[in-house]
Parts: sequence; structure tokens; C-alpha cells
Amino acid sequence: MSYAEAVIFLEAAVRLGVPLALAALGEAIAERSGVINIGVEGSIIAGALGGALGALAFESAGLGVATGALSGLAVALVFVAFAIGLGVDQIITGTAITIGGLGITGAIYRAQFGVTGTELSLPTLSVVGIPGLDRIPLIGPALFDQAPTAYLAYVLAPLLWWYLYRTRSGLSLRAVGEEPDAARAAGIRVRRVRALATAFGGLLAGVAGAHLALAHTGTFAEGMSAGRGFIAIAVVVLGRWNPPLVLAAALFFGAASALQFFLQALGLDLPYQVFLMLPYILTLAALAGWVGRARAPAALALPWESDRTG
Amino acid sequence: MTPRPSRRSVGEPVLVALAAVAITAVVGAGLLWLGGFDPIEAAGALYQGAVGSWTTFTSITLVRSVPLILTGLAVALAFQAGVWNIGAEGQLYAGAIAATWVGLTFGQLPALLLIPLVLVSSSLAGAAWALVPAVMRVQAGVGEVITTILMNFVGIHLAAWMVHGPMQEARGVFPQSDAISEAGRLFALLPGSRLHSGFAIALLLCVVAAWAIRHTTFGFHVRATGASPEAARVAGRIDTGRVILLTFLISGAVAGLAGGVEVSGVTFALYEKLSPGWGYTAIAVALLAGLHPGGVILTGLLFGALQAGAAAMQRDAGIPAAWVGVVEALTILAVLGLDRARRVRQRP
Repeated sequence: MSYAEAVIFLEAAVRLGVPLALAALGEAIAERSGVINIGVEGSIIAGALGGALGALAFESAGLGVATGALSGLAVALVFVAFAIGLGVDQIITGTAITIGGLGITGAIYRAQFGVTGTELSLPTLSVVGIPGLDRIPLIGPALFDQAPTAYLAYVLAPLLWWYLYRTRSGLSLRAVGEEPDAARAAGIRVRRVRALATAFGGLLAGVAGAHLALAHTGTFAEGMSAGRGFIAIAVVVLGRWNPPLVLAAALFFGAASALQFFLQALGLDLPYQVFLMLPYILTLAALAGWVGRARAPAALALPWESDRTG
Repeated sequence: MTPRPSRRSVGEPVLVALAAVAITAVVGAGLLWLGGFDPIEAAGALYQGAVGSWTTFTSITLVRSVPLILTGLAVALAFQAGVWNIGAEGQLYAGAIAATWVGLTFGQLPALLLIPLVLVSSSLAGAAWALVPAVMRVQAGVGEVITTILMNFVGIHLAAWMVHGPMQEARGVFPQSDAISEAGRLFALLPGSRLHSGFAIALLLCVVAAWAIRHTTFGFHVRATGASPEAARVAGRIDTGRVILLTFLISGAVAGLAGGVEVSGVTFALYEKLSPGWGYTAIAVALLAGLHPGGVILTGLLFGALQAGAAAMQRDAGIPAAWVGVVEALTILAVLGLDRARRVRQRP
């Protein structure tokens, strides 16, 4: 592999890893508070459509990211209402949110752009090089010559680590995810913390979706989230619920997806569909090998109730 | 935590289901109206497309309900044991691939041998697909929600690879396999309609499962494990790991059979997008049925009618068929909400 091919591979790995990183960082925070939101896929696709419609309406990709984030948040709030407000099963609620999110975005898209679905041409997020850093050989063009959403992921990973482990609020959030009863006894409002953490996750998933539409392709397609929400949840496990590790796991998955460019450069003639399967198989293998040593938040996926409102 | 079939009376789950359908209809109509569509026109098109005539009912609605009943049964059985099998979609594809391969490879066998062989191989493939997440859960403690979903994507892409590569039709034009041997095709159930005997197989399996879950030791173990794995293990001395593994495999086999029945009864060949997401709709089918295998027949028919009607809705009323996803989500959420309300009311 030549230097140029290596740059192409790494750049693709980061570009494909960024939406996963954003969604997974948000999901990691939600899971740390004891909420597993399988509906993150629904937030991503809503973010993609909301981002596309916003970018069209305001003729600005940046504002598209904002509308995408809000769309992801809106979907997550439906999840919050059921899984946290009513305290019903998180897994099933999340599955419904994903099915509904894929359905309603498909319906809105077709209602707006015809049953056949015309090809959209959207304003795209332009690549911004970080002066100086983008000159570093190999990793410069791969890491520091990306869309602004990539830098958001880089900044959030250490920031969220600092929040979780070095702030009082982060400690409360982790306590809610481990021992909600004890946390409540200490005066922490369990359901409010969980709702906020999940809403934050929805916001980031929306940004991830907007990134898909506005940085990757410059268009929207039905179901373009293509399971990234589920992979993001696997990425959280691979990253052991620790934001910097989650970012690394997302980039690992991005690299697995980018392998197709790498192997094609090597002249290996494998069918396209095999490359599509590969990231999922690698993730399964990684889960099988890693998880034995990792531990999920103790109260993950368990609804919490109290006599008082909390 | 989980919706489980009430054992107090039969009437209550039925009431919950009816109320859930009513809520879904009202909210769904409201959303359609907000989207600028006429809900009355939509309902008319839906009705016409689903049960407008005897032919549409038997050849479209009933035919579409078969994979929904089977995958719904697969999900209901798994959920009863507390196994979160979200992987019926991938298991269905595994079954469809196996059924197509057997139907093509052993085409010279007589129908009496080939049809059972096709169906059994699809079940085995579905069970094998479920084995990976099952072993990962029982041996390594990896939650099955994510692993079954990941296996779905592997299955969908595997089927796509098959019809573009090793199993592509001899002409090599379209991404589909050759048609399986006549001898591998399910018999027609009603003369003059497209309804095949897979419908009877689905009904039979539901009845058998309903009996087994109620009246066999294993069925009791499944319910006990689902109600509380701790209690089942400690007080009931049940080997819950074994129960979980077996239920997972049975669930996978039933979902795999759905793929085999679809190939053997409807498409006669493997296609890239064979399933429009039946494995996910199955979750709504199972929950609306209160996880009762017998109830799955009714809710499977309901969603079969919905899918048949949605196609007509898109064609005649210009409403995107993607609305089906919204309706499914509303149904699941309505069941969850009503189940919650019921438990609050029952609390002492």
C-alpha cells in the first residue's frame, strides 16, 4: 500500500467512524445513567432527514446540523416519555422508536419529494483543515482535514470523560446508573437525570444523522442510517462505557468499514456484499472477545420507580 | 418490567389488544391528517386492499400474514423466556437461503421428500443463526439484543451476496436465484388463490406452541425463566441456561421456517429484499398478542391485512407505504402504555 492509499484508507476510516462516534458518545452517557436506548437508530434517521430539510430550507449545512440535532432530540423525547416517564421496558420501547422513526422519515420524505423519491442535492458541510495539525504526515490529512462534526467528536470524548469522572454532576449520573435507590436517597432525582442523559444522547444521534446526510453524501435516502444506531450501541460496549475508548472503538469500526477501500487497493477481488458484512462480523467477534472483562452499569435497562416523584 | 400474558383471565389481554388497536387507529389517523392526507380515504383504501374481495383476502392478506404469524410466534416464544431475540429478520434470511439451496440442489427428489427437506433445512439454518447470539449470551454473558441485531445485518448482506454471486440465476441478469424445483413448492391451500399450505403449517405450529407452553414441563420452565431467572434457578432448580439456549434455538428455527415457507410457498426463489422487515414487525405482532402463541394468529392476520392494505393505500390514496412503520410503532407503544396502566391499577 502506498502512502496515498494509506491516507485514503485512514481518511475513510475516520469519515465513516465519526457518525458512529457521535451517536455512541451520546448513548454512552445515557447508558451510564442506566438507560439503554435502542431507539438511537430512529434518532439518527430523524437527524438525517431533519438535517436535510433544514439545510434545504435555510440553504446552510450548518443550520442543517442544528435542525438535525433537534430532530434527533424530538425522537429521543418520545422514548423518554415512555421508557422513563411511564417506566415501561426500554428495549421494546427503543425497538418501537426505531421502527417508527424509519417509518415516519420515509413517509415524510416521500410526501415531500414524491412517491418515487427524487434525488436531493443538499448544501454540504465543507471540510475544514486544522492549520498546522493537518500537515502531520499520514494522520494529519486523515484526522484533521474533516468536516466540523468530526472535531465535535474529538472534543467531546475527553470532555465527557472529564464530566463523568471529575464533576459532581457526572458522579451523580454514574450513581443513578449503578444504584438508583442509593442515588435517590442521596437526593439525586433519578428520572430527571436519566431523561436529560437520554435527551443528550438523542441530540448527538441527530448530529450523527445530519453528518450522514450533509457530510457524507449531500443527499437523503430512506433508511440511510443503515443500522448505525445499533452499531453505535455495540461500540459503547466495545468502548466499555468510557468516552475516549468509545471514540477509539468507533474509529475501529470505521476502519473495518473502510477496509473495502484498503483491500480493493491491494487488488483483492472480494464481492461488495462481503465488505458490507465484515464490520458486523468483526463487531460480533470483538464483543465475544472483550465483553467478558467489561461490566455494564448495574442498573442498565432497569426502570426505576419511587413513591415520590423523582 | 416486561409485558407478560396475564394468567388471571383470557379477557384482559384481549381488551388490552382491542384498546391498543383503537388507540393506534385514532393516533394514526390524526398523524395522517397532520400530514395533509385524508384519513377516511386512507381507511377506505386500506380496507379495500386488505379485505375488499375474497381474492384480495385470500391471495394477498392471508399470504402476507404467514411470515408475520411465524416470526411473531418466534418472537413470542423467545420473549416468554426473557430472551430478547430481535434477530428474527436475520434468522428468516438464513432459512430462506438454506431453503433455496436445498430446493435447487435436490430438485430431482419427489415432492413428498423435497418439501419436508426444504422446510427442515430452513428451520435448522434459522436455529444455527440463533446459535451465535445464544452461545454468546449463555457462555460469555453478552446481551442478545445487540448481537441478534448485528446478525440481522450479516444475514441480509449474506442473502444479497448469494443472489449476486454463488446463487445468482443462470442467466446472470437479475440479483435473484433460479426458481426452485416444482417438487420443492408448497401445495396450494385453496384452489384458485395464491394461498399455500404454509398458512396451515403456521396455524398448526401456533396451536402446538400454545399447548406446549401451557401443558409441558419445558413450557413451564420457559415461563418460569421468563418471569424470574433467579427464582427459577434457586427455588425451581431449573437449569435456566439450558432453557434460554433451547428457547433461543426454537425461536430461531421458527423464524428460519418463515423464510423457508416464503421461498417454498410464494417466491420460489431467493431475492435480495425478500423480507420487508417481517422480523421487526414480528415484535409488534407478538406484543399485541400478549406473547400468547394462539393470539399471534390473530395479530399476525391483522398486520398481514395492514401490509396488504398499505400497498393499496399507496397506490390508490397516494399515502406512502412507509406509514406501516409508524402504525407498528404506535401499536407497540400503545400496548406498553396500556400494560403499564393495567399494572398500576392492579397494585395493592
